[in-house]
Amino acid sequence: MIDDINRLLIEQLQQGLPLVSRPYAEIGKKLNLSEAEVLKRLAKLKQLGVIKRLGVVVNHRRLGYKANAMVVFDVNDGLISQIGGHISQFDFVNLCYQRPRQGELWPYNLYCMIHGKNKKAVLKQLEYLIEMCGLRQCKNEVLFSKQCFKQRGALYQVSSKQQIVMSNG
Amino acid sequence: MDEVDKQIINHLQGGFPVCDSPYQVVAEQLGLTEASLIYRIKRLLDTGLLSRFGPLFHAEQMGGGLTLAAVKAPEQQFDQITDIINSFPEVAHNYARSHELNMWFVIATDLPERLSEVIDEIQQQTQLRVYNMPKINEYFVGLKLQA
Repeated sequence: MIDDINRLLIEQLQQGLPLVSRPYAEIGKKLNLSEAEVLKRLAKLKQLGVIKRLGVVVNHRRLGYKANAMVVFDVNDGLISQIGGHISQFDFVNLCYQRPRQGELWPYNLYCMIHGKNKKAVLKQLEYLIEMCGLRQCKNEVLFSKQCFKQRGALYQVSSKQQIVMSNG
Repeated sequence: MDEVDKQIINHLQGGFPVCDSPYQVVAEQLGLTEASLIYRIKRLLDTGLLSRFGPLFHAEQMGGGLTLAAVKAPEQQFDQITDIINSFPEVAHNYARSHELNMWFVIATDLPERLSEVIDEIQQQTQLRVYNMPKINEYFVGLKLQA
C-alpha cells in the first residue's frame, strides 16, 4: 500500500501544503511526478484511510478554547457503537474512541474530548450530552487537563529524517 | 483575526479539496479571491492560530503504533516522572489531569512492536505501572471548533 513513491509523497506533504495556486503540481515538481499523478495518489491514500483528511489543525488555546476535558463513560459493550456514534455527532465533541477498561480503578470504555471556552461551558455541554444520549445511568468521570507538558502532535517517523504529524491516539 | 478568517478556519476544518486548483475552489465557496485566501491562510499559520495545514495521517495505516497511556505519579515525584516520560521521543502529548491516574500521554512509534518496548522502558525507569489504553474503535467526528 505504501510504496516508495508514496513514502516520498507523504514526506513532502507533512511539511504542509504549499501556499501556491497549484499546490499539488508544486509537490509533484519536487518528486518528478505530474500533477495528475500526485492527485491520483492522494485520492488513493485518502480512500485507503492512510490520509484521514486534508485541512487545518487549529491551535485551540489560541482560539480561546482554554478548557479541555477528557470525559470517560462506562457503557454497555453491546451498545457502545450506537452510543459512540451518537456522541460523535455533537459539535463540541472533538474525539470519540472506544478503549479497553483497566479493572476496578478504571472501568471506562468510551472516551471523548470536549473543548470549551472555560470549565463551566464544558460541564454545561457535558450535561446536555448526557441528557441527549441517555447516559444518566452510566458511570462517568471528567478529567480536565491541568497542565500540558509536551505537545508536538503525534509525530510518526517515516525515515530517520522525516516525521509526520498525525491526529491524536 | 476577523470574520473572514473565522469563516476560513471553520470551512477548512471540514477538509480541503484534492484537485488542480484547490484554493480557487475554496475561495469561490467563501466569496474570496484565490490570492486573498492564500494570503490569509499564510497569516493564520504565521500567527499560530492554525498549527498545521495539510494532511492528517492514520498511524496504524502507515504501519506505526499508537496508544494512549497513563500513570499514577506520586505527588512528591511528579516532576521527576514528567521528565522521564517526556525524555522518550516516542511520547507525543503529555498532560497532567485531575484524577488518581494523573499523567496521560500518547505514544507513537514507527513500528508497532516498539510500543510495548517503550511501555516496558517507562515502567522500569519510573517504577510505575503504565496503563495502556490503545484505541479499539473510533467514532467519526468532524473537527469543528467554532472560530
